[in-house]
Amino acid sequence: MTSADGQLILFTLSAAAMAVLVSFPIGIAVAWALARKRWPGKALVETLLTLPLVMPPVATGLILLKLCGRRGPVGGWLHQTFGVEIIFTPKAVVLALAVMSFPLLVRSLRTAFEEIPRDLEEAAATLGKTPRQVFFRVSLPLARRGIAAGIILAFARALGEFGATVMVAGLIPGVTETLPLAIYRSFQTGDDSRAWMLAGVSAAIAFVAVAVSGWFARGKRLL
Amino acid sequence: MKIRVHSWFSLIPLLTTFAQAGEVRIAAAASLSEAIMEIATAYQTTHPETKITPVFAGSNVLARQIESGAPIDIFFSADEKTMDGLVKSERIAKDAVVPVLSNALVVVVREDSTLSLQSAEDLAKLQRLSIADPAAVPAGVYAKAWLTGRHLWEKIQPITVGADNVRGALAVVEAGNADAAIVYRTDAAVSRKVKIAFAVPATETPSIVYLAALCKEAPNAAEAKPFAEFLQGEKAADIFRKRGFTVIPPATSKP
Repeated sequence: MTSADGQLILFTLSAAAMAVLVSFPIGIAVAWALARKRWPGKALVETLLTLPLVMPPVATGLILLKLCGRRGPVGGWLHQTFGVEIIFTPKAVVLALAVMSFPLLVRSLRTAFEEIPRDLEEAAATLGKTPRQVFFRVSLPLARRGIAAGIILAFARALGEFGATVMVAGLIPGVTETLPLAIYRSFQTGDDSRAWMLAGVSAAIAFVAVAVSGWFARGKRLL
Repeated sequence: MKIRVHSWFSLIPLLTTFAQAGEVRIAAAASLSEAIMEIATAYQTTHPETKITPVFAGSNVLARQIESGAPIDIFFSADEKTMDGLVKSERIAKDAVVPVLSNALVVVVREDSTLSLQSAEDLAKLQRLSIADPAAVPAGVYAKAWLTGRHLWEKIQPITVGADNVRGALAVVEAGNADAAIVYRTDAAVSRKVKIAFAVPATETPSIVYLAALCKEAPNAAEAKPFAEFLQGEKAADIFRKRGFTVIPPATSKP
């Protein structure tokens, strides 16, 4: 393993962490609204949120590429106004990972909220707590294990993302390359030993992530 | 139930036999897409019993597939190194390899671009340059060799974005996500969305040679052979020339 490989692994881990970090606040809000509230258009939002999970990731990547390209509605505006480029930069990688792991994050968070007995929230409310206090002092602490499991699951999903990333990242080793892209590219350039090494690293990271996620979900006391 | 499952499985070899009867698979460099399609159509008018199934991708990708046992009859590579790889891994016999075409590199910009690019030095001033993956895809390897020869690669490499094959590199400029791309002359000709900024002088690049060969493990060698010969014939040569390729005369192709 060279220092470039080390950097690659570090970049992948931090891009995935960044993606989850960026989507977490929105994810919490959406998950809570889905779990606890009834509102018009809820079914539609649920369906839209599931889309990236079931659609070909490449199709999601294509949409992102068109939206955020220099001539796309979002990317064009950013490029014109701020001179900011998204496509083929690490920002595009974080964006792709965030979009692709978001549905998984919301699903896990939603289940975490749904598993809290409503009585407890209602009891807190009748005892004079504001909805805000109920959320931060009752719901959130009670859902912590499910939330932690969801974060790890979303993080693991982001680490493995390929289809959407390959569309928006381009092949720029050392700049936008993540582990899955590097495995693919190593194979195509004929460097099988590097491909296997990186595949092994990915498997090890995935193993740890799933094990830790399961640990939280089963409720062993760590948090 | 057991019997039914078994009988369905016994159909599989039968189905694959049907699929392959009369089918010739040619794996060709992405830059050959239109030319090979046209030649296949021309061939099928005189040989209706043969179905030509082309597969297009970066030559390196195709080589990896053939190495992994993909059922391919003819391989048409955009460079010698990739073909040599298959000769080394004994998928192709050395004396089966024939140089068929040559090509040239050009720098393209989007049709509506106002950039004025005249030489390799000008590329260093761009924000982003699209090329095929310089690590393995022939068009990218040639582009890198050109810029390395001009002592500009170190400077330009950070602004490059790689693509899986040369057409991918072209598409990035078409979409406006890079200022310019280094592609083949023949690729520039198939896109209406780009224009040639300047042609790379042939003296500054390694010679760009396309080679074709029958694969050793060709599933349909009997029908692939006449098609491979047709590819080197006069009719195919006309189609290649029309698309901007330079045809290497068969006489000089045999060592």
